[in-house]
Amino acid sequence: MANTILEMKSITKEFPGVKALDNVNLKVEAGEIHALIGENGAGKSTLMNVLSGTYPAGSYEGEIYYEGKLCQFKTQKDSEALGIVIIHQELALIPLLSIGENMFLGNEIKNKMGYIDWDKTYSEAERHMRQVGLSESSQTLVKDIGTGKQQLVEIAKAFSKKVKLLILDEPTSSLNDEAAKMLLDLLIDFKKDGLTSIIITHKLNEIIYCADKVTIIRDGSTIETLVKGVDEFSEDRIIKGMVGRSMEDRYPAREHNIKPEVNLEVKNWTVHHPLYPERVVDENISFYIRKGEVVGFSGLQGAGRTELAMSIFGRSYGAGITGELYLGGQKVDLRSPQEAIRHKLAYVTEDRKTNGLILDESIRFNTTLARIDKICRGGVIDQDQEVQVAEEMTKAMGTKTPTIEQRVGNLSGGNQQKALLGKWMFTEPDILIMDEPTRGIDVGAKYEIYCLINKMVSEGKSVMMISSELPELLGMCDRIYVMNEGHLLAEVDAKDATQEGIMGYIIRDANKVQ
Amino acid sequence: MKETKSQFNLVSFLTKYAMVIALVVVFILFSVLTDGTLLRPQNMSNLMLQNGYVLVMACGMLLCILTGGNIDLSVGSVVCLVGGLAAVLISNMGLPAIPVIILCLAVGLLVGIWQGYWIGYVRIPPFITTLGGMFIFRGIARLILSSKTVAIQDSTFLNIFTAYIKIPGLDSGDMKLSPIIVGVIAAAYIIFNTVKNRSDRAKKGYRQNSAFSDYVKSGLIAALVLYYCYLLSQYRGISVMLVWVVAICLIYNFITSKTSFGRYFYAVGGNEKATQLSGINTNKIYFIAYANMGLLAGLCGLLCAARIGSVNGSTGTSFEMDAIGSCFIGGASAYGGSGTVGGVVIGALLLGVINMGMSIMGLGDAWQYVIKGGVLLLAVIFDVVTSRKSGSK
Repeated sequence: MANTILEMKSITKEFPGVKALDNVNLKVEAGEIHALIGENGAGKSTLMNVLSGTYPAGSYEGEIYYEGKLCQFKTQKDSEALGIVIIHQELALIPLLSIGENMFLGNEIKNKMGYIDWDKTYSEAERHMRQVGLSESSQTLVKDIGTGKQQLVEIAKAFSKKVKLLILDEPTSSLNDEAAKMLLDLLIDFKKDGLTSIIITHKLNEIIYCADKVTIIRDGSTIETLVKGVDEFSEDRIIKGMVGRSMEDRYPAREHNIKPEVNLEVKNWTVHHPLYPERVVDENISFYIRKGEVVGFSGLQGAGRTELAMSIFGRSYGAGITGELYLGGQKVDLRSPQEAIRHKLAYVTEDRKTNGLILDESIRFNTTLARIDKICRGGVIDQDQEVQVAEEMTKAMGTKTPTIEQRVGNLSGGNQQKALLGKWMFTEPDILIMDEPTRGIDVGAKYEIYCLINKMVSEGKSVMMISSELPELLGMCDRIYVMNEGHLLAEVDAKDATQEGIMGYIIRDANKVQ
Repeated sequence: MKETKSQFNLVSFLTKYAMVIALVVVFILFSVLTDGTLLRPQNMSNLMLQNGYVLVMACGMLLCILTGGNIDLSVGSVVCLVGGLAAVLISNMGLPAIPVIILCLAVGLLVGIWQGYWIGYVRIPPFITTLGGMFIFRGIARLILSSKTVAIQDSTFLNIFTAYIKIPGLDSGDMKLSPIIVGVIAAAYIIFNTVKNRSDRAKKGYRQNSAFSDYVKSGLIAALVLYYCYLLSQYRGISVMLVWVVAICLIYNFITSKTSFGRYFYAVGGNEKATQLSGINTNKIYFIAYANMGLLAGLCGLLCAARIGSVNGSTGTSFEMDAIGSCFIGGASAYGGSGTVGGVVIGALLLGVINMGMSIMGLGDAWQYVIKGGVLLLAVIFDVVTSRKSGSK
């Protein structure tokens, strides 16, 4: 453990309204595998984007020392020139080009005349492919090889750029167990040759398996770094680091006023992937929500929670959906979002910018969109009434805006979320499905959203709350369902639940799948 | 809000009314360059009639463009198909005009349904679907016409689409009186409507625009309408075609600005995913946009056949480009989600004035193309740059 290859000092990165990284420090020794772990949105990917120059020098505070020198990367090309290569979670390969073309995209091998030397390109590509154990021809199209091999192509591509520090952002999230293990073994092999790797992952067993050190990031800050052989290096220890934060005062108090009537019940719900109908996204899920109850859904990304919610909301996701849905005790078959809305179901979407709001339109336009018939007579909009209801909703949600004609895209994240809530409250729902309702908004706005949720349930509405933030679920919910890989693992009472307990369910299940 | 009320913001005023100002400037420019020939009653009357087809089609095109910058390339061919069908059925086969008109509009609608189905429900890219349609319908039109020019002289047909309205006693003299009456009624209605809206809002306590801007705006529009009607009275009166064109524009303006149905087009263009999750059937919106475009192209085919008096295999060539151009000049976004019928009308008139002015000056086709293209490009550059500055897009 002689020389430090990378040191990031007091990195702070702010996005409008959110502090994504707050004074983060990271030290990586040459020739080690260094794992980064943290909940979704903790800031892992942001940190790596700062390192790679995706967020250019100047857009963050702090210093990066690489091989002892202060670096100020303006673009990803600058960092690649020094041998820092990042492989993103979503692969950056072009399916309809060959492996060789992909590997040298933007970095083409040219001959003296200035045009591409294809012979050299393909032979160089194959040389690097052999390094990672790929035996395909470099002229094979990327779309014709599996995801696991595509991941290897990315690594081979990194080698072609003379990589010294390889960063992998959740490299195994879309791989099956065998391919994942192969990839990790490969990293251990490369370590012997002196390659340094940083690996971002959710899978604790992988960290235990291959990493020398693990740095835990929480809420945009580094919490601690555990070293194999020095500190206790176990899954329980890491989980404790990931979740241990104080919860007092973050969540408004609520009178628990659950009525005995069941508002929403789902029985034996199974959903298949819309494009690959043989893939099961949610399998045989049954749950219920009573009136006046907030029920949380916990799980990692890809647990099938959003898919479950959308398939219930008028089959807006999935194919081959089977199972029974009861609203207020009545069995219903909702075939479109429109029918779902008519049955007083609302889905406050995850990712308000791409799925929820029309950013170029005003608050007024967005507020009335889902139930515009309420302010229409014979299909003609009563514009005065529209202004009135938009103003009422804006006031009720506490959206901060100069006027209701304000373009929604110009609002802050928290106010966008309130505008989105206003839109769905206008549909007068009995049941609200809220998918990551506080993602990417600051603590103050979160508190206001929580207050709105409490107000809704006090009116006898039911809330199904999907969140990746465990403390939020524990602070807000009456009961919590735990999901992983399309299965419902457990149902816990929020009063008795702990973050360690819930995380434990998920980790144990993930290991079982492995 | 208070600030904008108390102080007049020149920049935002110029941005908002840029195309209106451009139209006025171009109008004055050509009036001067042509020594006032442009303003003669005959030319002013023709301005609307020559560009009527553009206006009708641009209304339909706007709906397509709103859904996401999608265009319909086939409308010129549909004009030829429907116009040709009408000409052959009436002139060659001697069928009565009214059933033929209904049949022809049905054919236009059918063409639209055909394209709308592929675009809306099978999700074939509109560009390709309508490019295919452009060839297919042009070909079918030529088959129907047997590659000949067919004239239409049926008086019922011509009366329905192009004749000038003649009310005995009113329109017999040199000065036609019916345009004056229509003008006065229209102007009075515009003013009355403004007053009524303001008092309604005041009664319900809603926010008002400043009285000055409301009254100046409606006053100007009323004066313009009156003046135009006066010019018409100096020539041959009101053409039925003008009635068609104005009616279509008013109807589509109403649909896009006041109905929930119209709003869905803006929503789809703004964010299709969010619209879908708001319980709106977006496939149907695409379908209707193109079905409607077919119907309007059909109507346009009839108007053109009647105005020109004959149809041949190249009738309607490049009409689609005039309609598309008008929409974009009139401020419709090339990404969808924004644009108004009012803007489109101004865009079409701008192109029309330039065309007419240059024709009067004796500049040939060649220059007209150059200028038209330049205006289109300039208008969109202006739109993109100003909206970038104001932070949208």
